[in-house]
Amino acid sequence: MALRQCAIYGKGGIGKSTTTQNLVAGLAEAGKKVMIVGCDPKADSTRLILHAKAQTTIMHLAAEAGSVEDLELEDVLKVGFKDIKCVESGGPEPGVGCAGRGVITAINFLEEEGAYEEDLDFVFYDVLGDVVCGGFAMPIRENKAQEIYIVVSGEMMAMYAANNISKGIVKYANSGGVRLAGLICNSRNTDREDELIEALAAKLGTQMIHFVPRDNVVQHAEIRRMTVIEYNPTSKQADEYRALAQKIIDNKKFIIPNPLSMDELEDLLMEFGIMEAEDESIVGQTAAEAGAAA
Amino acid sequence: MSQTIEKIKPSYPLFRDEDYKESLTNKQLMFEEKVDQAKIDEVFEWTTSVEYKDLNFSREALTINPAKACQPLGAVLCSLGFENTLPYVHGSQGCVAYFRTYFNRHFKEPIACVSDSMIEDAAVFGGQKNMFDGLANAKALYKPDMIMVSTTCMAEVIGDDLNAFIGNAKKEGHIEQDLPVPFAHTPSFVGSHTTGWDNMFEGVIRYFTLNTMEGKEVGSNGKINIVPGFETYLGNYRVMHRYMQEMGVSYSLLCDPSEVLDTPADGKYRMYAGGTTQAEVKDAPNAVDTLLLQPWQLVKTRKFVEATWKHSTPNIDIPMGLGWTDAFLMKVSEITGKEIPASIEKERGRLVDMMTDSHAWLHGKKYALWGDADYLLGMVKFLLELGAEPRHIVCHHANKRWKKAMEKLLSESPYGKDCEVHVGADLWHMRSLVFTDKPDFMIGNSYGKFIERDTKYKGDEFQVPLIRIGFPIFDRHHLHRQTTLGYEGAMNILTTLVNAVLEQLDKETMGMGTTDYNYDLVR
Repeated sequence: MALRQCAIYGKGGIGKSTTTQNLVAGLAEAGKKVMIVGCDPKADSTRLILHAKAQTTIMHLAAEAGSVEDLELEDVLKVGFKDIKCVESGGPEPGVGCAGRGVITAINFLEEEGAYEEDLDFVFYDVLGDVVCGGFAMPIRENKAQEIYIVVSGEMMAMYAANNISKGIVKYANSGGVRLAGLICNSRNTDREDELIEALAAKLGTQMIHFVPRDNVVQHAEIRRMTVIEYNPTSKQADEYRALAQKIIDNKKFIIPNPLSMDELEDLLMEFGIMEAEDESIVGQTAAEAGAAA
Repeated sequence: MSQTIEKIKPSYPLFRDEDYKESLTNKQLMFEEKVDQAKIDEVFEWTTSVEYKDLNFSREALTINPAKACQPLGAVLCSLGFENTLPYVHGSQGCVAYFRTYFNRHFKEPIACVSDSMIEDAAVFGGQKNMFDGLANAKALYKPDMIMVSTTCMAEVIGDDLNAFIGNAKKEGHIEQDLPVPFAHTPSFVGSHTTGWDNMFEGVIRYFTLNTMEGKEVGSNGKINIVPGFETYLGNYRVMHRYMQEMGVSYSLLCDPSEVLDTPADGKYRMYAGGTTQAEVKDAPNAVDTLLLQPWQLVKTRKFVEATWKHSTPNIDIPMGLGWTDAFLMKVSEITGKEIPASIEKERGRLVDMMTDSHAWLHGKKYALWGDADYLLGMVKFLLELGAEPRHIVCHHANKRWKKAMEKLLSESPYGKDCEVHVGADLWHMRSLVFTDKPDFMIGNSYGKFIERDTKYKGDEFQVPLIRIGFPIFDRHHLHRQTTLGYEGAMNILTTLVNAVLEQLDKETMGMGTTDYNYDLVR
């Protein structure tokens, strides 16, 4: 099987890292050889696989050693649950430096050191928040990730973010081979969430590849720095992640998305009752004025 | 003051006139808070001590007078070696002004190179728009057959994607689909000018051959490929042509800027001249094999040539000095089946004759030297062959593996046993080295002249003369036209080295009735 490279994007806090690691555990259980590349200065993309607080990152090691050239692959690549290979790019603390450059440096380093030449079926890039700069788009450049999955929930801002990420994908899809491969709904238990995300997926031209229900077992596993599949393999949630993994293995639907305009997105949200119809007469009205008007 | 239109003096000797001396002294006293000369001398003496040397070598976060340049500089030199090709740097404008002045001070030639002048808005929104306009303008104004794109730090920090930008520029019609635009990411904060050369060269061969390997067969064109690497001695390109022609070997010199960097003054400006053709690059995978003249710097190139072209790219050393030129020519002969002709054998014999003629003067002379990784290995090899003793070696951009290779080379000769090798060090380190363990000469680029001045300030007996071999050489003319590779290059280096010894000897023994015991006419 040819190496498939996938990038996971989505709004901050939506559960990208948790979903990625659980799903990768599912892939590994199905016999796939997988590497996770964390592209987030927080470096929390591999903790559930490695049972570690935070993996020592490429940038951290490079800063210690003096330069990236002084590092060896084995210094940065750790092997965790079911032989999943883990790398964290790392980056600066908030407020200084350039995290995007950290991602570029880390991925170039992995390439030069032959990390991709090893026997691998999947590489997953767990990317910070939104596509904010050239550095965070690095995983979807030519010859890198071809498939993008967006983690989303039925909340308004999560869907905004998903739509914005789609716009970013269009830019890269036009000049390269990167494609949107599906939305992963990480449920927040909002009303008609599955239908809403199905509808959003349909408008973008893609699919909701799986609906991951909310289950406390995820948190229980996370406290123990484990994936659900490792912590409680017989739980229902473990089967959900296995199902997601299988769907990704079988996935053939790779498209260039059709991002929605702001109006279309708002119409969709209104249709599902997440947003009220806009009342132009109240725009800019203070509470006092509203009281007087009533 | 004393300037008249009939006799305009430059700063020296003008500033030696009394009125200027007075004016400069007043300036120092009244506005520059000049420290007492005794204090200055005390600090100066301290900087020449062993104690200071130890402090200097424990320095971590600062480089003083680097002995290397940045990646895009190398990429631009590489781009100049291809026919009708315009070097194009995606990024800020000042960087390109630096590359151009750097090269034209060294080569004394105008250097064609453009920038797409990224400014504030490009830093925020990415440089794609600059690239669209830049490529379109560069093509329209300068009519190149090929544009080779490298990058400055600015474009690299914001993560501009050259592949996508160039693809989009073609798709949207800013330039024609079929205009070749090879590219390389060349962040200056990684590696050095030689890394940049390697990256750019790999970018070109990747562009022309990666997707057209079908039907290519190793050996089918009967040629050998020669890749020079970052090479600033124009004679080295010419000597390669001559050797291959004398041997009757069919070859491609992949990258050759020796014409465009040495154009005649015949009233015609040539923006482009000579250079490797696109056809030669496209045909390169069909060659019998590829020889990398500077293997330590051509890491990415080697990887691509081996993986994609399936060439064996034999491990050779830079063809400098006697032994390694022998090895190179024999390797060419072995690959191509062509005999080494009598003409080259005679040239070799002449070199050996010269070496024996001069060895008495060079034997045991101590040298401090710095420069690029491959050049230094070649230079040290030749010094050892001459019986000269390398004492301090500084290579700013080399790694620990190179250090080991250099130490191994030194260990193979009795003349190498007292030598120290420093990687990642700069010329301020070198200054400490020559003060604390004085060699007879330094061999390096123009920047060494400040070390020589400092050593002379300590006293004539501490002065270490600089022999200018390397890059850049700004303060002497035409040395870039010389040769350092092959027997021819060795003759040239030998001539330079031995005459430096004799000139120094003359300088020291010129005292009438004092030091002129053997002020011989014949040396």
